[in-house]
Amino acid sequence: MNKVSKSPWLLHYDASSCNGCDIEVLDCLTPKYDIERFGIINTGDPFQADILLITGGVNSQTERVVKQLYSQMPEPKVVVAVGICACTGGIFKECYNIKGGIDTVIPVDVYVPGCAARPESIIDGVMKALKVLDEKQKAMKEDRR
Amino acid sequence: MAKRSIVPFGPQHPVLPEPVHLDLILEDETVVGAVPSIGFIHRGLEKLVEKRDFKQYVYIAERVCGICSCGHGLGYCEAVEQVMGIEVPDRARYLRTIWVEMSRVHSHLLWLGLLADAMGFESLYMESWRLREKILDMFDETTGGRIIHSVNCVGGVQKDMDSTMLQHILQAIDDIRGEMKPVVETFMQDYTVQSRLKGSGILTKEDATALGAAGPVLRASGISYDARRLGYAAYGDLTMEPITAAEGDSYARCKVRLKELFQSFDLIREAIGKIPDGPISVPVKGNPSGEFFMRIEQPRGEAIYYVKGSGTKYLDRFRMRTPTTSNIPALVEMLKGCQLADVPLLILTIDPCVSCTER
Amino acid sequence: MDYKSEIRKITTAEFFPAVVRMKAENWRLSQICAVSVEHGYEMSYSFCLDKEYRMVTLRLEIGEDEIVASITQIYPCAFIQENEAAELFGVKIEHIDPDYGDRLYRIDEATPFKKKE
Repeated sequence: MNKVSKSPWLLHYDASSCNGCDIEVLDCLTPKYDIERFGIINTGDPFQADILLITGGVNSQTERVVKQLYSQMPEPKVVVAVGICACTGGIFKECYNIKGGIDTVIPVDVYVPGCAARPESIIDGVMKALKVLDEKQKAMKEDRR
Repeated sequence: MAKRSIVPFGPQHPVLPEPVHLDLILEDETVVGAVPSIGFIHRGLEKLVEKRDFKQYVYIAERVCGICSCGHGLGYCEAVEQVMGIEVPDRARYLRTIWVEMSRVHSHLLWLGLLADAMGFESLYMESWRLREKILDMFDETTGGRIIHSVNCVGGVQKDMDSTMLQHILQAIDDIRGEMKPVVETFMQDYTVQSRLKGSGILTKEDATALGAAGPVLRASGISYDARRLGYAAYGDLTMEPITAAEGDSYARCKVRLKELFQSFDLIREAIGKIPDGPISVPVKGNPSGEFFMRIEQPRGEAIYYVKGSGTKYLDRFRMRTPTTSNIPALVEMLKGCQLADVPLLILTIDPCVSCTER
Repeated sequence: MDYKSEIRKITTAEFFPAVVRMKAENWRLSQICAVSVEHGYEMSYSFCLDKEYRMVTLRLEIGEDEIVASITQIYPCAFIQENEAAELFGVKIEHIDPDYGDRLYRIDEATPFKKKE
């Protein structure tokens, strides 16, 4: 990718992760990896977010929250599942209080596997998400015509 | 007449990386009560002992929490080894100690960063996390993982460290120690930091015992108790004294954790100086039969691992009581009487780890 | 320093006085653990004496429908772990303060740790 067409804002939510991926997501914001060099800011507000980063599998508690956060984000929006638990349920798949990956609840655009997902792969996933965001934006514009 | 209202706090909150919910009962701006509600990340890991045998379960125990992962693996393995009467080789005991102390350094630096972030002190947050990267690089070099290491196994450790790695660790902790100086000065002497921390959230010595607090929260209230003194892993051969503070406020908790960082540097240095040569694990025969309560000191406080087996491959019961579980009642007590604006900061001073609490 | 925990078996009648004595001697409640066994539960209440690094566990064996009194009047901090035992194991604990009424973790499945017949 040569050019980033937008400075997207991230929203991070921990669905039921072990913390490992969460601290790696936070790590992306700190000096060594510094995702802000791509113009990306971590926000706490779903109404201003373009990309939703979710870690951990879903249970019936967080299902509501995840759905609500997703519905509050403006279109176009992209969901990135960070870590193997968010992709499929991972090592916790057989637990009684885990439903499975994030895609059982909301549509996921980019999967970032790993336990815990490394910051490099998270950044890579976010860059892929940007591409998806661009495509969705273009599709929306064409719809409007 | 003060107006009473209830303010929900969380689950998704900018200060907290993890979901936890509190109902704050306010009189005007002052908190008079708090009802914690947890359960957002409950997975039911303890139940998985029925599906994974006791050797495989180490990987699950390590994934209870990503921050104290190394310690959870250690606690579980030590408990199973006690039940089975396994004598771990000396080199493995020292390797475990080095890794666990490194994870304490990483956890405390992470906490310092989050505390600074909660105060809105962005540059201090970035600086703490920049220093933390050096430890994560050492984890990467010695174990191959940054967060989840999977080094512990029943009967010893899975990976060895050669002398170059040990030298690199010494180099890294020396670097951090040098660069920590301005960070420590800012936390301890900066006017803004002091005005947020001093005198807030006081937990008295009596309350700390009565409410069953653990770890730095307990020690910051003047009680000298550190489970490392019990001498598990290689702690029996190393010299250490629990670090305490008398005040019991947020500032004291911050001070205790800062001092523990330097204590960990000393312990790592001592362990690397004393580490013997030899095998790193012993073969494990048979199945665990019996029960044991293991106490170890996690970065957040004393954690208890209970293992019960009846001679089969699968354990009957595994339970862990993590430090945050016992610090929540203390937190509720601390919150009483504070201002609404101080709530996020006070929650952080117990260093909450929600995924540990709910498992 | 011994890091073994001394396990004392006690009966339901001795239980409350024993906990009161622990409180009077300034022991710190360190954990409560429930275990499902044949026809009932084993409840373990561990206490730590910080000065001596000692840990004592009171072990209570109860039947499936037997009611245990909550110790939250003596140790208020027990509420999380007692609620947990009640919700996940189905142990009948009376007068927990505050009682979450089996809604601490709000899981879909009722009492997952209970021994299924």
